[in-house]
Amino acid sequence: MSLKSKLHDLKEKYKGKKMAPAFNALHTFLYLPNEVTHNGTHIKAADDLKRTMNTVIMALVPCLIFGMYNAGYQHYLAQGMIESANGFLGASFWTIDNLLIGAWTILPLVAVSYGVGLAVEFLFAVIKGHEVEEGYLVTGMLVPLIVPVDIPLWMLAVAVIFGVVIGKEVFGGTGMNILNPALTIRAFLFFAYPTWMSGDKVWVHGAVERDQMIAAGQSNLDAISGETILGSYAQNSTVAYDYWDMFWGLIPGSVGETSKFLIIIGALFLIFTKIGSWRIMLSTVVGALVMGLIFNGVVDAGIITDSSKFYGLMSVPFWQHLIIGSILFGAVFMATDPVTASQTNKGKWIYGFLIGFISIMIRVFNPAYPEGVFLAILLMNVFAPTIDHYVVQGNVKKRMKRLKVKAA
Amino acid sequence: MGLLSKKDSKLISDPLLDNNPITIQVLGICSALAITAELQASIVMSISVLFVLGVGNVVISLMRNIIPSKIRIIVQLVVVAALVIIVDQVLKAYAYELSKTLSVFVGLIITNCIIMGRFEAFALGNGPWRSFLDGIGNAAGYGFILILVGFFRELLGSGTLLGYAVLGDPIEKTGLYAIGYENNGFMLLSPMALIVVGLIIWVQRSRNKALIED
Repeated sequence: MSLKSKLHDLKEKYKGKKMAPAFNALHTFLYLPNEVTHNGTHIKAADDLKRTMNTVIMALVPCLIFGMYNAGYQHYLAQGMIESANGFLGASFWTIDNLLIGAWTILPLVAVSYGVGLAVEFLFAVIKGHEVEEGYLVTGMLVPLIVPVDIPLWMLAVAVIFGVVIGKEVFGGTGMNILNPALTIRAFLFFAYPTWMSGDKVWVHGAVERDQMIAAGQSNLDAISGETILGSYAQNSTVAYDYWDMFWGLIPGSVGETSKFLIIIGALFLIFTKIGSWRIMLSTVVGALVMGLIFNGVVDAGIITDSSKFYGLMSVPFWQHLIIGSILFGAVFMATDPVTASQTNKGKWIYGFLIGFISIMIRVFNPAYPEGVFLAILLMNVFAPTIDHYVVQGNVKKRMKRLKVKAA
Repeated sequence: MGLLSKKDSKLISDPLLDNNPITIQVLGICSALAITAELQASIVMSISVLFVLGVGNVVISLMRNIIPSKIRIIVQLVVVAALVIIVDQVLKAYAYELSKTLSVFVGLIITNCIIMGRFEAFALGNGPWRSFLDGIGNAAGYGFILILVGFFRELLGSGTLLGYAVLGDPIEKTGLYAIGYENNGFMLLSPMALIVVGLIIWVQRSRNKALIED
């Protein structure tokens, strides 16, 4: 008897039992079971929910791997143990040492994210008696990519429980949530444990630890400063990285959001496979550029001078907003979440544009933390149904008018 | 209970659980969100409301036959306002620091929908003793949730209870903090009060399915 049919027998055995949903979820994860529908018309499509989710994960994997190398690279670079890499293919970047230390810090984040999140999902499926939904597959991959490397694992676990329960399960599970669960998790961490989510110490592996050692009196060590580019701009100080570093991603930041190059490749992959909406991605970028241009105009007009605390971020050339911070990552992987985004084509343009626009606005004006992409996306998540409503109503009105003209 | 008849004791026990003003009727949410970041403030708020609602219900009940129904809301407001001013003055005299924390929310007891609701729905149609019990019961139900929320928010948000550091010192890193625990700053923000109340409602309704409405 083949493994497949053995599993099938096992499934029959579990039918109707409490454990059935949990078993079925694993059962259908990587292969198609030997079951066929017996009656009625049905359409068979290859891109079911699991396939969709897996495609997004494939688009994320390059960012994750790059994030591991980058974590190690930033760690050693900050300690002065290696040379700057000078470009994407720099010799001191793709080293096994970098990968090892990066994997050592980032794989536990992935494991905790998936372990805790799926445990919650399974628990709810068993209690409610419905099938385990695949929604967490992408969320679980996104979460480790949008947090600082050194975030304590228990904090991540608490946040994941909060995000999955409050952000998703209370609304009815996958497909019913209003807010993007991954961003809910990040928002929870941001408001609950701000010292671990912002500042100049959290973005480089080992910087917090080093800080504590210095505080404990080992003064022969140098403090590691891992200020992000946005952080430097917000303090009106000079930035130590050139544009290519920002584009390739050799900069401190959340694990997966630094490499704009790999994010663009992921975006092209998602557009090519028709999983992600190019309308949302494009309109987000346009929105960000427009807001950037407005700020540049304000600075050029002399309304804001360099004595203002907003001068640093306002005077950033508008196009540069795209390669600093996480606006691209948000646009490609967060804003395009099909559940929480607008559904209508026209709605998608409005939704994306406002995300970009508001992101840059929050980025410049937020006094506590110079980044606003996740807040902007969460805000627009809430408004997405309203946007859709007006788009649909507008259509209805247009057609009613046409009908009247015809009748008359 | 020998002291109270069965019908009377229901007046107290019902609002505590199955007809709780906050979790079932969803009244008085505003103050539940605003002042529950500290347990002490929640307790004082509960006692204040207990006083205002208990006494107010009796007063309204005594006057119920002489209040012209056209101006009854104004009369009720005068009664609440008078009682709230008493509470406010007492707090300012004996617990000045606390009255500063509670700030406008003591004054806002006037607008607490639970109080006007009980006046309208109960005290205007029942005798003083039953009105008193009803007032005490509803205020206790309100206070119970307030103290519960305040307990969790202060414990998880500041690591203290009534100001005492029960989880250790976050700066000296003693107790739980020695193993890496940190206070959850989100608990101190009002959205978390809403979520905690929501979780309480969730637990209550899944334990008692009769409360679930469609």
